[in-house]
Amino acid sequence: MTLAEMQFVLPNLSPASAEIFLLTMACVIMMVDLFVKEKTRALTFALTQITLVGTAAVTVLTSAGLLSIVIAVLLGPDASADLTPRIVEVFGIRTGEEITYTFSSMYVADLMGSVLKLTLYFTVFVVMLYSRSYVLDRPQMAKAEFYTLSLFATLGMMVMISANHFLTIYIGLELLSLSLYAMVALNRDSVTATEAAMKYFVLGALASGLLLYGMSMIYGATGTLEITGVAERLYMGQANKTILIFGLVFLVSGIAFKLGVVPFHMWIPDVYHGAPTAVTLFIASAPKLAAFAIVIRMLVNGLIVMAQDWQMMLIILSVLSMAIGNLAAIAQTNLKRMLAYSAISHMGFMLLGLVTGVVGGDARFALNAYSSSMFYVITYALTSVGTFGMILLLARAGFESDELDDFKGLNKRSPWFAAVMMMMMFSMAGVPFFVGFFAKFSVLQAVVAAGYLWLALAAVFFSLIGAFYYLRIVKLMYFDPPKDMTPIQAPFDMKLLMSANGLAVALLGIFPQALMSICAYSLLRSL
Amino acid sequence: MEFKTFVFYFLSAILVFASLRVVTSRNPVHAALYLVLAFFTASGVWMLLQAEFLAISLVLIYVGAVMVLFLFVVMMLDINIDRLREGFWSYLPLGSIIALLMVAEMALVLGGSYFDLFENAVPQTGIAESNVQAIGRLMFTEYVYPFELASVILLVGIVAAVALTQREKRKTKAVSPSRQVFVKAKDRVRVLQMPSEPRD
Repeated sequence: MTLAEMQFVLPNLSPASAEIFLLTMACVIMMVDLFVKEKTRALTFALTQITLVGTAAVTVLTSAGLLSIVIAVLLGPDASADLTPRIVEVFGIRTGEEITYTFSSMYVADLMGSVLKLTLYFTVFVVMLYSRSYVLDRPQMAKAEFYTLSLFATLGMMVMISANHFLTIYIGLELLSLSLYAMVALNRDSVTATEAAMKYFVLGALASGLLLYGMSMIYGATGTLEITGVAERLYMGQANKTILIFGLVFLVSGIAFKLGVVPFHMWIPDVYHGAPTAVTLFIASAPKLAAFAIVIRMLVNGLIVMAQDWQMMLIILSVLSMAIGNLAAIAQTNLKRMLAYSAISHMGFMLLGLVTGVVGGDARFALNAYSSSMFYVITYALTSVGTFGMILLLARAGFESDELDDFKGLNKRSPWFAAVMMMMMFSMAGVPFFVGFFAKFSVLQAVVAAGYLWLALAAVFFSLIGAFYYLRIVKLMYFDPPKDMTPIQAPFDMKLLMSANGLAVALLGIFPQALMSICAYSLLRSL
Repeated sequence: MEFKTFVFYFLSAILVFASLRVVTSRNPVHAALYLVLAFFTASGVWMLLQAEFLAISLVLIYVGAVMVLFLFVVMMLDINIDRLREGFWSYLPLGSIIALLMVAEMALVLGGSYFDLFENAVPQTGIAESNVQAIGRLMFTEYVYPFELASVILLVGIVAAVALTQREKRKTKAVSPSRQVFVKAKDRVRVLQMPSEPRD
């Protein structure tokens, strides 16, 4: 075959324009930073934030479905019906109304992906803002790499969210993980950070190996790596069931490692504890969204025919995570470590929504169940950002503020931030009328609707145990005398955002309906 | 048994043995050499699959470049790897029991029957083109998206390596020519007048 005979069709680049924009900007920021003086490093930060806003704008303007949702949230449904078609016409948007594939079906653009990506940019934006003063106070970390690696990690998560091929999922995951390993180790002089990075790297590599092995088994059984292709082969019953299940075990183990659920949770406490708090904040929030997306892509989009098999595995992981996460969190004295165990239990709770999608071969409840999980993971990212952000708010040069004792008597130092932290803790514990309550409630009603009453009871029981250590922080803040009375030295923008974050947790608890219907609608249009 | 099958099992046996020796040999130089053997045999297996280009690039890149560099580093660092792996031999019995148990369980699950794969044969393109051509064509058309992303991963690797190893600006020993030409002899050399001492 000669060159002239080759049929080369340029892939449709427009659905992936957000990724292209982000990558270009990350490279530009890297170059710009070389010419920036130490004192004007603020420029790098500003460019990073502008990039995230720009990427969000590109994402909205390439997806008609997302555009109509965004306008409806900002201006109301009437304005959306009126404005959306006009903007769509002006920008010539051709994608986003239905599921679009590009790059030889390796990339998928659908509404669920767009909504998750928008939440992702928002989370990373908030993370960067919270981290700013912490990073500036620590000369080891105050380098452009913190920002560029964050952007590359964001790119990896975007690739994971809109992957329609096992290869793309793996590459996106590696892009995310490699950036995170380096970010954890960024503070080189800290022994704990280096140890955390080593553990994270070794266990992460092991998890990637498990995931790849599972993928290779599924390739062996179906002859394709494309997720929609795998689903097709499975529907036609063309695959060897034994090898599929064998591969599925490894696939689920790999996912469990990345989500950090028991028994693959050992890295979470050490990494959360050892990493610089700014990096912990990053690891604890945004990657959960991407991990949720790959679970949906691989297990729901690709292997829904095998739902009976993977649901059983996820039930075990979920119950174990809720039990061990909540029980081990009680014994911690370090807040970051406690929140790490809390993250394990929350991810277990989130999995509950995924295990109830198909009951006895009947997928009637799927939409309800998966959207409750999506709601859970989005609100968890929001609350988690706020809680770790609070540690950053109280930290200053040479002081980490990550012990439980550091929160003693916060009410005396700053009544407002004590109240904000209390709202976060109530939401995490699932106290009614904070957003965490509705997240738990919607997952539980999905579980009960699917007929797993014992599972719902177990979840409530472990949540009650979990409430103890969340409420202990409230007790420390309000009823214990403060250890030091240093006023909070955080910059104004961070204080403002923290207040907004706390209010969002409270307000979303009172009006959860909008976000819930966005989750349900986006999944309805994507599955 | 067909000759090809025999070659496959022969190469696989060497591969398994070499990989085992990589993790068990006490001398790091030996371990690295076994890794070279493992790569070389793996390239032989690829050759059996008619993937000549991949086989040759494995030898050229891994054996020729990466492993030679690796050997140099191992020889230069003079690590006492035995101390690094102190726990290895004491954990080996328990570890190997668990590993054997897992292998046995996997064998039970798979029922011992031969893997009935979707396509047993090597996929044939049907077009008479060379390996290099086929890979190049696929890489830049169908797989262009993961290919580009792989380059981003390499970029992240570079950024991370620089960020983690670069210390403050090192004082360079290079001379500045402009300052050099202005140097005068009397700045550098001090001629001392000393009375000569008589030898006693």
